[in-house]
Amino acid sequence: MLKVEQLQFLDWHALSFDVNSGDCLGLMGRSGSGKTLLLRAIADLDINEGKVSLDGLFRDDVSGPEWRKKVGLLTSESKWWHETVGQHFKSSALNLLSDLGFPGESVLSWKISRLSSGEKQRLALARLLSRSPDALLLDEPTANLDPESVSLVENVIHGYRKEHSVPVIWVAHDELQLNRVSDIKMSMDEKQLKEHV
Amino acid sequence: MIISNIVSLPIERISLACVLIMILALTTWRADLRLARPLLIASLRLIIQLSLVGLILEYVFEINNFLLVTLIALVMLLVAGREVSVRQKYRVSGRWSYGIGTCSMFVSSFAVSIFGLAAIIRAESWWDPRYSIPVLGMLLGNTMTAVALSLDRFTTYVWEGRETIEAKLMLGHSSQEALKMISRDSLRAGLMPVINSMAIAGIVSLPGMMTGQILAGNSPTDAVRYQIVIWLLIAVGCGFGSMLVVQMASKRVFDERERLRTERIYKV
Repeated sequence: MLKVEQLQFLDWHALSFDVNSGDCLGLMGRSGSGKTLLLRAIADLDINEGKVSLDGLFRDDVSGPEWRKKVGLLTSESKWWHETVGQHFKSSALNLLSDLGFPGESVLSWKISRLSSGEKQRLALARLLSRSPDALLLDEPTANLDPESVSLVENVIHGYRKEHSVPVIWVAHDELQLNRVSDIKMSMDEKQLKEHV
Repeated sequence: MIISNIVSLPIERISLACVLIMILALTTWRADLRLARPLLIASLRLIIQLSLVGLILEYVFEINNFLLVTLIALVMLLVAGREVSVRQKYRVSGRWSYGIGTCSMFVSSFAVSIFGLAAIIRAESWWDPRYSIPVLGMLLGNTMTAVALSLDRFTTYVWEGRETIEAKLMLGHSSQEALKMISRDSLRAGLMPVINSMAIAGIVSLPGMMTGQILAGNSPTDAVRYQIVIWLLIAVGCGFGSMLVVQMASKRVFDERERLRTERIYKV
C-alpha cells in the first residue's frame, strides 16, 4: 500500500490518502492544479514535507535514489540520453516491448532521434516497467498516443499492477479513461484533493 | 650557466612597441571596429600593472621575508578564486560560488606549487620569492582558466540538461550517475587546452617562460628543464583543480535526498 500522510509542497494544503496494492487512483484536475507536483513530491523530486510509505517502508528510511527506484514516475514527455533504444534498457524486456506493439528485438537498435513522440512514450513505459518498480506514478501516460496505442498501454499497465500487485496513481484529463482504468477517482482543486464521485 | 651580456631594454625602445599599438588602434578606429578604446585601455593597464609588479617584486626579493611571501600568495589566490567565479555564465548561488572557485584554486595551484618548490626545485629556502612567486603565478594563471572552463561547462550543462538529469533520477539513478556524462564533458573541456598545449610545446610555439629565460641569458637546457617541470605541474593542477571544482559543484546542485536543486544555479 502507498500511504501519503500530511504531504505538503509549496503552499498546498497538507494531503493524506492511501492507494491499496493493486489498486489504481485516478487523478484529475485543471492544468496547473498541481497533479504533476503531487507525483513529484511523492517521488521526492522536489522539496516537500510529510510522510510517504510504500508497503510499510518509509521514504525517509531509504536514500532518495533507492526510493525513486521503488516508486516509478513516468512523465508525459520522456527524455533519452543514449543514441539507441537498447542502451536505455538494463534488461531487454522483450515481452513488454511486444505487448506495447513493438516488433521484438530490432527495436533495441532503433535510433532515438528517429522515434515519434508516441513511440517515445510507449518505450518510456517499457523502460520504467523493465526496472520493476513497486508503485507506479503515471503523469498522462497516453497523452501522445493514437487510440490503438492507448489501449495497448492501458492493458500493459493493468497487467503489471495486477501481476505485481502494485499501487498506481494515474493522472489524466480524460475522465472516460480514468473510469476505465482506476478504482477510485480524485481531483485536485484549490490546492487540495477531493474525492470524485 | 648565465651569460652576463644581457641586452636590457631602455624606455625609448619599449615605446617603439607602444607606437605599434597606437598604429593598430588608429587603424581599427578608422575602420570603425570599436576596438581602439579597449585596446588602448588594456595596453595602458598592462604597462601600469606590470611596472607596479616589477617594483613590488624588486622590493619583495630584497626583503626576502616568509610572511610577506605568504601574504602575496594569499592575495593572488583570492583574486584567482574570485576570477573563477565571475567567469561563469551560470553561477552557483550564495557564497558557494566563491568558495568553490577558491578552494579548487587552492588545491590546483597552492598545493602543487608547494610540492614543486619543496620537492623538485629545492631552492635554498623553498619559499624563496624569486622562485615561489613566479611558479605560483604561472600555476594560478594557467589552472584558473582550466578550472573556470570546467565549472562554466558544468553549470551550463546542468542547467540546459536539467530535464534529462531528472529523468535519470526518476529511474533511480544516483546524483553521480545522473551527472556522469556532464562531469566527463566538463572535465574534458577544462583539460583539453592544457593537453593540446603540452602536445605541441616546442614545435609550434616556444612556451613563454622558457622564452623568457633564454632571453634573460639562461642556457636553453636549463630553460627547458624548468619549462618541463612547470608544464607538468600545470597539468596536474588543472586536472585536480577541475576534478575538485566539478565534484564540489555537483554536491551543491543536489541536496541530501539527491534532488536536483536548479534554483541554486542562476544565470548572470
